[in-house]
Amino acid sequence: MSPEPFLGTTSHTPVRHHILSVLVENKAGVLARIAGLFARRGFNIYSLAVAPAESHARFSRVTIVVDAESAPLEQIVGQLDKLVNVVAITDLAPVDAVERELLLATIQTNTANRTSLLDTLANAGAAIVDVDPGAVTVMLAGTPASCDQLERALESFSDVELHRTGRVALPRLGEAAPQ
Amino acid sequence: MQLTGAEALIKSLEQQGVDTVFGLPGGAILPVYDPLLDSSIRHILVRHEQGAGHMAEGYAMATGRPGVAMVTSGPGATNIVTPIGNAHMDSTPLVVITGQVATGSIGTDAFQECDITGITMGITKHNFLVQSAQEIPRAVAAAFHLATTGRPGPVLIDVPKDVTQSMMDWWYPSTIEEYDLPGYRPEIALDEDAVNRAVALIATSQRPVLYVGGGTLKSNAANELLAFAERTGMPVVTTLMARGAFPDSHGQHLGMPGMHGVYTAVTALQRADLLISLGARFDDRVTGKISAFAAGAKIIHVDIDRAEFNKVRHADVALQSNVGAALRAFDAAGAMPASMDAWWREIRSWQETYPLVYDEPTLEGPLRPQHVIASIAEKAEPGTIVTSGVGQHQMWAAQFWDFEEPRTWINSGGAGTMGFGVPAAIGAKVGRPERTVWCIDGDGCFQMTAQELVTARSEGIPIKVAILNNAYLGMVRQWQEMFYDERYSEVYLSADLPDYVKWAEAMGCVGLRATNLKEMDDVIDEANKINDVPVVIDFRTDSSEKVFPMVASGASNDDIIVHPSQQGRAR
Repeated sequence: MSPEPFLGTTSHTPVRHHILSVLVENKAGVLARIAGLFARRGFNIYSLAVAPAESHARFSRVTIVVDAESAPLEQIVGQLDKLVNVVAITDLAPVDAVERELLLATIQTNTANRTSLLDTLANAGAAIVDVDPGAVTVMLAGTPASCDQLERALESFSDVELHRTGRVALPRLGEAAPQ
Repeated sequence: MQLTGAEALIKSLEQQGVDTVFGLPGGAILPVYDPLLDSSIRHILVRHEQGAGHMAEGYAMATGRPGVAMVTSGPGATNIVTPIGNAHMDSTPLVVITGQVATGSIGTDAFQECDITGITMGITKHNFLVQSAQEIPRAVAAAFHLATTGRPGPVLIDVPKDVTQSMMDWWYPSTIEEYDLPGYRPEIALDEDAVNRAVALIATSQRPVLYVGGGTLKSNAANELLAFAERTGMPVVTTLMARGAFPDSHGQHLGMPGMHGVYTAVTALQRADLLISLGARFDDRVTGKISAFAAGAKIIHVDIDRAEFNKVRHADVALQSNVGAALRAFDAAGAMPASMDAWWREIRSWQETYPLVYDEPTLEGPLRPQHVIASIAEKAEPGTIVTSGVGQHQMWAAQFWDFEEPRTWINSGGAGTMGFGVPAAIGAKVGRPERTVWCIDGDGCFQMTAQELVTARSEGIPIKVAILNNAYLGMVRQWQEMFYDERYSEVYLSADLPDYVKWAEAMGCVGLRATNLKEMDDVIDEANKINDVPVVIDFRTDSSEKVFPMVASGASNDDIIVHPSQQGRAR
């Protein structure tokens, strides 16, 4: 399968990553079971996002970005599937998925950096969601690559506090790309 | 009908057909022990919770039915963690019930509180913390379903004290849907395409081996295995967990493979062009150095657990199935290898050159441990069940006891739990009271769980225990001799401390001792005559005896070290 085109390396996007969209029972301890399995089998998690699934209160959807270099994907999926609370696993190759992620960052501002900051935000398509005289909080909802780009662009500003949610993903519509 | 949670728990166990529970009461599980008095279920009161767990394992391995253990919270629960881990490694169906502090106290570091569902998350197939009395029947039914279907394993049910004390309207799930396990689908349709590819691979093979693992016993597929092996004429090896799945007396049986396997079994795997793995998992104790294992062989991997495929070794054909169904499908498709004449000639020459051997014992002693096992086996009635601890004695028992039928060999394979033998023997005897049960034990193992002989005596469970007393932690001693320049570090135990005969007598058992051949014959005969109380025999064996053959840890199976008397023979 072809890897997702992407620019440079950051800790958020492994070279060979896969997205597992995992439907689980919404029960106490399910996340611990998943995290524990990954830890004891030596599988690496790059990001993890959990939320109630669709309209069913009974299920949650866990989106896990896994490092397919740390263990064969077949092994990760096979072990995950043995967890009794795991109902279904959809394995999304990056090329077959629409992935989005949310980035929030608070940047200390002053007269010297304001213009270049505004340029950076405009280029990235980020929005300002909170301001006070000495700082702004900005948000970007976009592809993981665009979040990576903004994160790198913000490295030139001092005093940045940055959070990313980890990605969620759904299968791309229409025919799947050739593997 | 209104019941307490405790009554519902016992009634649920009765619904599951449970006849025996191994356990020990305490504060948090107290409510459940009251209705037990009025139940038809037999409770075996153990002296330590670890004993309850291993007894339940022995019961399960001897009968094929799930073993049940019940203990209290906190230390009661943590004491049974080792058997749970052991059952997880060896895929033994177990249902373990633990008491828990009241729901309102969970998370407050209450007296005898521990997070046993958290602790056992990685070593159970699944576990439950029951939140209400009304849910008890569902949890019990689901636990038995999970423990016994698919790849079997241990399931733990943690029941808070207020849950067992509160009232519920009695019900019991009548369909699998009511178990509420939407993510559990153990039944899978046989992949016809994989069957066809397997049959095609078999047709081109001239040097096949049936690599038989514990899954063959778990799926009760010994008859299918015998039929398939005899129809195709293929050689068979049985792993440590599969001893008894194929008769040792059968001409196609090459014996046990692995680190202490029979030379021919190890070498046949190495030289094969096709391995048909039946419920085996390419354990490191079988493969040796994995990159050098059966390098020229294609692999047909049959397993009920798809996570075993390609975990250790690439499978050319992966067939998710229980062993019996897969073999029936192979038979139906007429699977047949090419001519194996040259292969069998090669195999027979290995068997002639490198049979399993040990040095002749001397009349005056010390006894040869292998000879002691062979002598007990010779005098044992057919169908005798053998359990063991872990170490040299375990390997010798696997090598020198001939197993003819399934579920007659019970040991700790994956986990390697010392002290498994005595309680497992008790559990096996409870499950199969009509059978003679011998525990072949080591002196180190015996000291870990011997207190359960008090249980055996008081409950009227007449097992026989043979301690191969070489005064050492023998397997560790062997490694220190061979790989650490004979620098013996913390392995000496003493043959006389404790006095095993007195200890046996103090526990209400018959205690016997043998130091030479005459005494050995006499005490075995005497032990065989005793059928009302447990017997313990202290066999004084040669400390310097080592287990051969041996493949050093991490070495290739090609570099197998044979018995010293066979070294230098042309291979």
